[in-house]
Amino acid sequence: MARLSYLKALQRALADEMARDDSVCVLGEDIGVGVNNVTTGLLAKHGPARVVDTPLSEQAFTSFATGAALAGLRPVIEFQIPSLLFLVFEQIANQAHKFSLMTGGQAKVPVTYFVPGSGSRSGWAGQHSDHPYGLFAHVGVKTVVPATPEDAYGLFLTAIRDDDPVVLFAPAGALGVRGDVDLDALGPVPLGVGRVHRAGTDVTVVAVGHLVQAALGVAEQLADQFSVEVFDPRSLYPFDWDGLAASVAKTGRLVVVDDSNRMCGIAGEILATAAEQMRLTVPPKRVTRPDGAVLPFARELDLAVQPQQDQLLTAVQEVCKSSR
Amino acid sequence: MRERGDMDTGLYRTMRLIRRFEERAIELVHAGEIIGGIHPYIGQEAIAAGVCAALRDDDVITSTHRGHGHVLAKGADPVRMLAELTGRATGLNQGRGGSMHAADFGKGIYGANGIVGAGGAIATGAAWAAVKEGSDRVAVSFFGDGAVNQGVLLETFNLAALWRLPVLFVCENNGYATTLTVAQAVAGSITARAEAFGIPAVSVDGTDAVAVLTAARDAVARGRAGGGPSFLEATAYRFDAHHTWEHKARVRYRADEEVAAGRSRDPLDVLGVGLPEGVRAELDAQVEATLAEAVAFALDSPRPDPARALDHLYATGLRGRDGTGLLDTAVR
Repeated sequence: MARLSYLKALQRALADEMARDDSVCVLGEDIGVGVNNVTTGLLAKHGPARVVDTPLSEQAFTSFATGAALAGLRPVIEFQIPSLLFLVFEQIANQAHKFSLMTGGQAKVPVTYFVPGSGSRSGWAGQHSDHPYGLFAHVGVKTVVPATPEDAYGLFLTAIRDDDPVVLFAPAGALGVRGDVDLDALGPVPLGVGRVHRAGTDVTVVAVGHLVQAALGVAEQLADQFSVEVFDPRSLYPFDWDGLAASVAKTGRLVVVDDSNRMCGIAGEILATAAEQMRLTVPPKRVTRPDGAVLPFARELDLAVQPQQDQLLTAVQEVCKSSR
Repeated sequence: MRERGDMDTGLYRTMRLIRRFEERAIELVHAGEIIGGIHPYIGQEAIAAGVCAALRDDDVITSTHRGHGHVLAKGADPVRMLAELTGRATGLNQGRGGSMHAADFGKGIYGANGIVGAGGAIATGAAWAAVKEGSDRVAVSFFGDGAVNQGVLLETFNLAALWRLPVLFVCENNGYATTLTVAQAVAGSITARAEAFGIPAVSVDGTDAVAVLTAARDAVARGRAGGGPSFLEATAYRFDAHHTWEHKARVRYRADEEVAAGRSRDPLDVLGVGLPEGVRAELDAQVEATLAEAVAFALDSPRPDPARALDHLYATGLRGRDGTGLLDTAVR
């Protein structure tokens, strides 16, 4: 077993895929130097033909990658800032994503878009702190949010190998997570398969990304009162509805914690699906960013609009105590 | 002279095919057989015909909302193209794309595109892929004068020039972005925008197919030889509406005199008058036969199965959840 950080896992996944498959190339801003520590060393190893430092032209290089993918390459694009995904929403949602259907299956667009440090990094304020994974799930772009080093490795690998566009969010709050992993056992993690990090019988907590750690913390805090199951969907689209149903069938109670805006967010979709299709014994709850949140700068304000472990603790307690 | 004769004949045949294809398609719009309408390419045929005559089958093009001419000139089967426009399962895109997304990847046609200026970066990325695999393929991006005000296209000029990629940008200046004139929309000159990035740019008469082909050959040769991108502005007049909805909406933004003057320089006549006696009539007859076959095939073709409306949404065959209850959600 070796100690592996989430960030190193991303770095390792990209390096391994580039070594394995010549059609994989990476584009992005300041990736030659590797300012986000994911592309570190790749330029020296593979050269500028496969590791392309791009001008600040996100819209052009995103569709440029689409064209390269249509012609047989497997581009990976790093976005330094999650909010840049708003700028290229046209290029991903309206171009790359639609080619397969619109061409009647003639074309495929295997591009991976990844954001190392999505969500809040404290102090980066309104235009650098969003978590728009729900937008991509909404339009049907494959969307993954790994929570652990081995899943960061495995989902990045899968995203690159997938024949469709995939967006990978690596939450800032997860980049520092470390785990003991068997490096030889690292491998692809399938899309649409969730993971139960901790089994329980009283309540299912669905946690997205870095909030898996908060959920595990709550489960531990409440261990002598309630048995909490922590379910990590890992990929939001496709979503492991069968896995969630199996968990809820056992617990009958559901709380979702999701670091994105409440209105039309992934937490709302999870609750709606559970209400439609699963047997909930008490009303479920969700802990999310508020409606329409724009992250304010000051630390107290920034923290006030992000779901925290304390609020999750309260929600879980309330759901567990409410009567059938 | 024989070579010149063959070239003229080929260009004329392509232009005539596009012209009559569009006219038949407009009839089918009015008959309700093509839903949603089309953006007729009539008047601009010499541009698609001339540029595509300089290309090989493995070269790539990206097209526009007014894309039928490019798709046909690059070699797509007009029969399956018309089946696509009429929403048939036998269409190029199995009825999933229609007029604005017609594509034939086997012919390097990366599709018409519904967003103005969107094809430029896609073509440039395909050109990059060609260079990486050691091929001398080139890519051509067609767009209109409206697209030169799209930021992403200007960003793309920079990437193409910076990385010396074999891409030809063809700006079809038909004078209007829907109803807005070039004078109302474009500051400076169109070619100067490309020149600002160091991209060689020329303007040609886009009603003269031979002139277009000559300019395109230069640009394509430069691209194949590693000389980087080129820019071609081809001016022509759009004879018909921006879109067939205008036939009903009766919006007026072009004076009758202007339209008459524009139509008086017909690209088919510019080339056609020079064809030997009888040749033009023979080519016209061939095109009529092809289109008669295309219309019959399209209208006789089966419509796609509604239960399979979202087939091909994912290249991997992933199936999302149904929402209407009408889909066959079994994984194929």
